[in-house]
Amino acid sequence: MNLEGKKVTLHDMCLRDGMHAVRHQISVEQMVALATALDEAGVPLIEVTHGDGLGGSSVNYGFPAHSDEEYLNAVIPHMKNAKISALLLPGIGTVDHLKMALDCGVHTIRVATHCTEADVSEQHITLARKLEMDTVGFLMMAHMIEPDALVEQARLMEGYGANCIYCTDSAGYMLPDEVTAKIGILREKLKPETELGFHGHHNMALGVANSMAAVEAGANRIDGSVAGLGAGAGNTPLEVFNAVLDRMGAKTGVDVFKLMDVADDVVVPMMHQMVRIDRDSLILGYAGVYSSFLLHAKRAARKHGVPSSEILVELGKRGTIGGQEDMIEDVALDLIKRHRQAAAGSA
Amino acid sequence: MKINAALIGSGNIGTDLMFKALRSEWVNPVWMVGIDPDSDGLAKAREAGLKTTHDGVDGLLPHLAEDNIQIAFDATSAYVHAENSRKLNERGVMVIDLTPAAIGPYCVPVVNLKEHVGKKEMNVNMVSCGGQATIPMVAAVSRVQPVEYGEIVATVASKSAGPGTRKNIDEFTRTTASGVEIVGGAATGKAIIILNPAEPPLIMRDTVHCLTETKPDEDAIRQSVEEMIADVRKYVPGYKLVNGPVFDGNRVSMFMQVQGLGDYLPKYAGNLDIMTAAALRTAELFGEEIANGTIELSAAGA
Repeated sequence: MNLEGKKVTLHDMCLRDGMHAVRHQISVEQMVALATALDEAGVPLIEVTHGDGLGGSSVNYGFPAHSDEEYLNAVIPHMKNAKISALLLPGIGTVDHLKMALDCGVHTIRVATHCTEADVSEQHITLARKLEMDTVGFLMMAHMIEPDALVEQARLMEGYGANCIYCTDSAGYMLPDEVTAKIGILREKLKPETELGFHGHHNMALGVANSMAAVEAGANRIDGSVAGLGAGAGNTPLEVFNAVLDRMGAKTGVDVFKLMDVADDVVVPMMHQMVRIDRDSLILGYAGVYSSFLLHAKRAARKHGVPSSEILVELGKRGTIGGQEDMIEDVALDLIKRHRQAAAGSA
Repeated sequence: MKINAALIGSGNIGTDLMFKALRSEWVNPVWMVGIDPDSDGLAKAREAGLKTTHDGVDGLLPHLAEDNIQIAFDATSAYVHAENSRKLNERGVMVIDLTPAAIGPYCVPVVNLKEHVGKKEMNVNMVSCGGQATIPMVAAVSRVQPVEYGEIVATVASKSAGPGTRKNIDEFTRTTASGVEIVGGAATGKAIIILNPAEPPLIMRDTVHCLTETKPDEDAIRQSVEEMIADVRKYVPGYKLVNGPVFDGNRVSMFMQVQGLGDYLPKYAGNLDIMTAAALRTAELFGEEIANGTIELSAAGA
């Protein structure tokens, strides 16, 4: 693979996707310290919000330690070069949140929908573009549809005004060939000036390999999180991917050694548990289940006494998608009923 | 005596509502209004013997008096509702709003229909599909003890979410959250909507979380929830509690499923069915009142 000379924009997810891994409990001080360290290492774009995006604060997804507004207002004034992005999932956040984020100084808005539902993003993408924000359409769980269908959805977002489209492997399910095929056809069919991005999860340990495939096929923005702080087994470990790109002669503008220091000295101490490929996160990747379900499933398992692996497999069978965290406890309760019936039947 | 009604909007909602209204003891659907001459809804309306126009609400206005139309259902979109309502109201027609425009007071029949009686309201709003499915459950808890925070997650099959819902998704979350507060009785409300494309399409699912101010009275809440479900089932037979109430500290959670009757829309589209059933139930109450002479509609300013 030849990535020599390719320019890649690295986008750090620790302070958004990483919120999932610590139950949205990152303190303002930790946010500022990590964002400042990333900025100093040369990371150009950093995402900051609740794990489920603007307005994600809820019983369903978890109440964060602080509001999106508090986090954004704390972090943005400290940034020397890095820009801040915010995620928005229509159906959870609204254009009111988008305007709030812009007022706080957010540069990039990423409007995220399930990969088949791009048309719910029209209100938000249109407005973001009108407000002259860097506007990204973010197609989640992109493993669930064929490349042609993905193109159709990407074109809707491009038509509303998105200047960048993401193929998002929310479940960490994709293998490199699939990434190549999907980014490749998006590159072929979208406008040449539309940027392409890839967001991976490391559930099958393919975050780096998939991101390399994405760059080769035409993506120029890659999401990752330093030390992999993200949902499931985490995102593409950004310091690793940066080192790989450096070896391959691609250009990120991010300091390889400084980013390693951020990983070990700042991010790892913030973790509540090691973010790694344990049995449950491997199931996410293997069965194609939304990565953010991980800790919710572990909690439901503890409360209701049903194995978390069984809950996750059942969520996959039911075709659940991003945002359906409410189904986790529901599935746990159904499994209890099923177990009782089975026990009664065999008695 | 039945009161004559017009259906504005010939999409999924308007057409399903027509089939339900054709069975009503109190409401007689006379007109269906669309904007697309080839729409399936208008064709179905003609087959059922209704008068139709594809010139929008303006095509209906000249006929209101001669056909004695007293109630209109607006199932168009939030963007055009205010104008439709103004034109109808000034001619003395009461409007039941099925869009998320919400310019009139909210109505969730099982919770607050009686409050609307005798107020001479010319416009009532049906909140949203998610609101009709979940607000009764929030109210079932809040009538037992104060609810500090109510949150609903409505998951509907992608196929049951039309272009109106998709373009208006923010209005859905805002209107529903506000209905959770005003009608449901939660001090703060939050609404989330998910469109799931699974095949075969999933039956509408709704999760309701309430955070009570003090420790939940489990027995009283269980009983209240059970009674509320029985009341909703009178107009939406496919409304059921799948799991819960789950009690976890001050959190009370209920997991609902809403299956439709399958009149015009498939049974999985319980989200649309509960809207049309609730709107019809509302019209029936007003119809009953008009017929009994309890209320008399008059043109605004007349």
